[in-house]
Amino acid sequence: MMQDDPMPAMAPVPPAARQRSGRLAQEGAKASAIAVLSTVLFFGGGAWLVASSPNWPKVRAQFFSASDFRASFPDVLDGFWLSIQLFAYCTVLTAVLALVVAVMRSFRGPAFFPIRLLAIVFTDVFRGIPLILLVLLLGFGLPALRIEGLPNSAKFWGVIALTLSYSAYTAEIYRSGIDAVPESQRSSARALGLTQWQALRFAILPQAVRNVVPALMNTVVSLQKDVALISILGVREAVKEAQIYTASTFNYTSYMVATLMFLALSVPLTRLVDWYTARDRRQRSQAQL
Amino acid sequence: MNSSKPPDSVIPKLELAGVHKTYGRRTANENRVLNGIDLIVENHQVVCLIGPSGCGKSTILRCIDLLDTIDGGQIRLDGVDVTRPGTDADAVRRRIGIVFQAFNLFPHLSVLDNVTLGARRAHGVERSVAEQRAHDLLERFGLGAKAGDYPNKLSGGQNQRAAVVRALMADPEVLLLDEVTSALDPELVAEVLSVIRELAGQGMTMVLATHEMGFARDVATKVCFLHQGRVLEEAPPAELFSDPRHERTKQFLQRVTEAGRL
Ligand SMILES: Nc1ncnc2c1ncn2[C@@H]1O[C@H](COP(=O)(O)OP(=O)(O)OP(=O)(O)O)[C@@H](O)[C@H]1O
Ligand SMILES: [Mg+2]
Repeated sequence: MMQDDPMPAMAPVPPAARQRSGRLAQEGAKASAIAVLSTVLFFGGGAWLVASSPNWPKVRAQFFSASDFRASFPDVLDGFWLSIQLFAYCTVLTAVLALVVAVMRSFRGPAFFPIRLLAIVFTDVFRGIPLILLVLLLGFGLPALRIEGLPNSAKFWGVIALTLSYSAYTAEIYRSGIDAVPESQRSSARALGLTQWQALRFAILPQAVRNVVPALMNTVVSLQKDVALISILGVREAVKEAQIYTASTFNYTSYMVATLMFLALSVPLTRLVDWYTARDRRQRSQAQL
Repeated sequence: MNSSKPPDSVIPKLELAGVHKTYGRRTANENRVLNGIDLIVENHQVVCLIGPSGCGKSTILRCIDLLDTIDGGQIRLDGVDVTRPGTDADAVRRRIGIVFQAFNLFPHLSVLDNVTLGARRAHGVERSVAEQRAHDLLERFGLGAKAGDYPNKLSGGQNQRAAVVRALMADPEVLLLDEVTSALDPELVAEVLSVIRELAGQGMTMVLATHEMGFARDVATKVCFLHQGRVLEEAPPAELFSDPRHERTKQFLQRVTEAGRL
């Protein structure tokens, strides 16, 4: 989007304002100094507290051992690569399924009642089951049925479980976005002779999705972490690999390795969400002027 | 349930017979807005609906375009009742153009895409053909340079004209205009009104809701004054404005005159 600079840089700065901006700069420097100092004190103090605790050497050997870090790193990294793949499948499947459910739910008219009902039951059921239970039920239960043609891989069912649960939540996010589009937009689209589906597809959904991008991105961040739950099915993603290392060495450093890997992915993602949300808010407030 | 065509006489283009509409039925704030509207719009006629704010002008237009369901009565297009169950409402809407009081352009689409969406998706017109026509119309309405802009970059008057172009794209048989001049400064009012006059001159059948009495006087074949959910009085503008029959109409015109809009 193009944006005109609201304050032309050419305008001469009156001396009083220049003085004021000088003072502002001084105050800014002071503020940063305080921020740095308090940060150092806060985290340094925390670290000192931890390090001075009587059990610290033992904990350090168990959780922060450099040799175990090196030893467990390759396997955990392999596992993490699988985590990312599972995460990618879940994200794509969730984005699609949730949109389908949300669209089903926003169809109007008595003829579409069964479709709406189906969508409502879906969201209620899959939002109501704790995710870990859903993973266990699908991961262990369905393969046990030995139904012809149904895959019995734990990876597959883990992904399905996460997708179902997250779709139920994400569908509600989409729906809130759809509800936030003014009714007049729907009328306007229908007035052109568009069908209900076309009105949704071309007029409502593009606006609805734009409304909820920040919320969707937050869900993605949280999904990325919940992929770790698939480890309970024995799928050797990052957490499972870390667990395997721990089981044979009685050293927990591998968990720290997995933790760092998850952080390495989720922190940038979170920053991205924040950046996008702030930009989106700025653009919207500008568009309103 | 039959479409009750009059045997022989000329069938009006559009006809409302005893149309009722109540908002919030069976709730605490039940609001009976239309209480038996009778209205006949002949081919090539320009009918103006006037009346105080909230009297139901916009509601009538929305009902004609089947954007609101009516609770009673009939709306007939070329003698066919379009409110009877089983009517293909989308097909009816494709024959009618409407410009909303608040324009309702799609904020996520450029002016060009706003204007061509209906043609391309509802009428199945090919993109290049639709865009050619859109460019011609936009040019005619002084928006040639704005085709690629988004509605939030346009002034109120430009939005208004884009909405008119959008409604005209499908060559509607009936054009419904809701306060087309409400958002415009006097100079633009004159401009948009001249466009409408031109359309009227080309024989477009139109129903307008307006507060602009001077304009109604100028273009209307018939002016209808609404009161308590009915058409209280209807007459050619010269007659209605100079010699209103009902006390209530007189009052309304009086007040409008005082406000300087006559
Ligand atoms: N969707 C709705 N739900 C409930 N009430 C409504 C709705 N739309 C309109 N109304 C009510 O119906 C009445 C008529 O509204 P309408 O918009 O038709 O008036 P109008 O004559 O167009 O007024 P104006 O000149 O201010 O545009 C008003 O009392 C309004 O509150
Ligand atoms: Mg109105």
